[in-house]
Amino acid sequence: MRSRLGWALAGLAIVVYTLLPVVWIISLSFKQGDDINNKKFLPTDWSLDSYRTVFDTNLFTSALRNSIGISLIATVASVTLATLAAYAIARLQFRGKKLVLSTALAIAMFPTIALVGPLFDMWRSLGLYDTWIGLIIPYMSFTLPLSIWVLSAFFREIPWEMEQAAQVDGATPWQAFRKVIVPLAAPGVFTAGILTFFFAWNDFVFGISLTATSRARPVPAALAFFTGESFFQQPTAAISAAAVVVTIPVVALVLVFQRKIVAGLTSGAVKG
Amino acid sequence: MASIKLEHVTKSFGEGRPAVDDVSLDIADKEFMILVGPSGCGKSTVLRMIVGLEDITSGDVTIGDRQVNDLPPRERNLAMVFQNYALYPHLTVYENIAFPLRLHRTSDDEVRERVSKAAEMLELTEFLDRKPSQLSGGQRQRVAMGRALVREADAFLFDEPLSNLDAKLRGQMRTEISRLQTRLGITTVYVTHDQIEAMTLGDRVAVLRKGVLQQVDAPRELYEQPVNLFVAGFIGSPPMNFLPARVTESGSLELPIGDIKLTPDVASRVSGHDLLIAGVRPEHFEVASQLDDDRLAEGLQFTAHVDVIEWLGSEQFAYIPFEAPDEVREPLAELAKELDSEQLRTQLVVTLDAENRLSAGSDADLWLDPSRMHLFDPATGDNLTHGHGTTAESTSSTDTVIGSEAASSSSS
Repeated sequence: MRSRLGWALAGLAIVVYTLLPVVWIISLSFKQGDDINNKKFLPTDWSLDSYRTVFDTNLFTSALRNSIGISLIATVASVTLATLAAYAIARLQFRGKKLVLSTALAIAMFPTIALVGPLFDMWRSLGLYDTWIGLIIPYMSFTLPLSIWVLSAFFREIPWEMEQAAQVDGATPWQAFRKVIVPLAAPGVFTAGILTFFFAWNDFVFGISLTATSRARPVPAALAFFTGESFFQQPTAAISAAAVVVTIPVVALVLVFQRKIVAGLTSGAVKG
Repeated sequence: MASIKLEHVTKSFGEGRPAVDDVSLDIADKEFMILVGPSGCGKSTVLRMIVGLEDITSGDVTIGDRQVNDLPPRERNLAMVFQNYALYPHLTVYENIAFPLRLHRTSDDEVRERVSKAAEMLELTEFLDRKPSQLSGGQRQRVAMGRALVREADAFLFDEPLSNLDAKLRGQMRTEISRLQTRLGITTVYVTHDQIEAMTLGDRVAVLRKGVLQQVDAPRELYEQPVNLFVAGFIGSPPMNFLPARVTESGSLELPIGDIKLTPDVASRVSGHDLLIAGVRPEHFEVASQLDDDRLAEGLQFTAHVDVIEWLGSEQFAYIPFEAPDEVREPLAELAKELDSEQLRTQLVVTLDAENRLSAGSDADLWLDPSRMHLFDPATGDNLTHGHGTTAESTSSTDTVIGSEAASSSSS
């Protein structure tokens, strides 16, 4: 009984510790004008002004559009490629399989900041600087390794007999893959997709280094350029509102796919 | 409907002994063929080569009059039931059964009709909306069969379909498969390591050992006329007893339990051999007191020390240990290893009527029918009396008590 109480208290402490900044940002985003200096946790007057400001600012709306577009395209492309690659790695015996896997892992271990300089130079000479594709490519190359590892672990769990049964039933290898293997690996595909989306959505380093204008600048980078409504005021409230807005899709995604992620993160580890 | 023909089919995985070595098998249209053998004998590989999941290293596979060596599985029009059923867990039972039809773009109406017909046949109608994970083992097995049934395939292939079921269900499904096959009259190849399935289901049984075909025959022939030591030891439960047998110059056979006079025909067959292995089925022994004098005179009467008794209600097994010379012990130990069993001691197993009140640790008066005995060459394992009815007539009954020595040494 006492140990259960102890656990509950410890859990509560952790929840408070992790959620406090989030609640603080939400609270800030509802404060109005000078109210951010009211030295209280909650706003004196609840107001949606900051949100209105944020959505009226071209800087933010174009950044939001960029973020959504870039993240979605990077996710779909990365997961599609990773699914095919992981299937090949799990099922086929070919020379250099180990090499592919270890190279993939090595790529994931590179610190992103080390690549920003070369990419910046390359993208400028290639004309990819400040474009969507200029961000999609690095996002894909950084998320593919992890996706391939997650997915190949999944495919390995699926018994060979599944495809063989499908083939005997009259399926071509492609049909067997699409109708049997992909649905069975769905939790893995979702896991990989969500991890990729988070990476692209939350990225700041590439976003700020490889873009110059609102043409391709994603939200995390755009927030740094945020000035708010008035030049004479700290845009804290507006930045908070923007932060809340960009957090919503992530939270929504996690809630919707929660069960699939949990299945995905654990089912690769233990058989059953 | 089609016949299946294998001609000199060989499969090797890289170096070493081929997994399937020069197997030729003619499976007639509508025939129920069983492939049986201990684990690792290549029986599943043969099946997978027929269905196309495994490439053929050399040889020919013909289905109907089509050579299918290089055709992918989907073009062979065969239906297969896998050992672990391989049901699609994300689809309902209905869609699982309909899967092959969907791939062939069958109209919805026809799919419904054929699936419900198959479901009815297998008594699955009430489970059609469930997912495979909600079914019991037996039901899953029936779904796997349903998926094969809707196909109108040229032949059914079963890969140890009952090995994941418990004993009672296995018996029921065995009857069900047999009934279904008779009813549909479809060519069937069935792989199993279970000899009861092999004996009860098949029109013919093919016994494989280390990738080499040993004997293809009807179950009865296989049981009564095994071609070699391996088939003799593999078929039958409890297995055939193997005794060391020395051929004497006077033309009789010296067994640990007594001497038997060989008929001239058999004597000529075994001439040139000194030591043989005699094979006697456990049920070819009787309790001497239950037989009349005429019958007793036809066989070999002996007294033996019974070590252990297993009483099963319908029958009982008596175990009688004996000593065997090394020349015989060696091939027998090897055989036991191949058959996935462990021969701890050389012993006789005798099946007796359950009525007999025998007790373990006592001596019993037994009688052996020598006409049902087989003689094997210990070096090659060949059955020297194959295709021959009677083996021997007994000369005289002896009063040798075998096993007493072993029993006393173990008790001390």
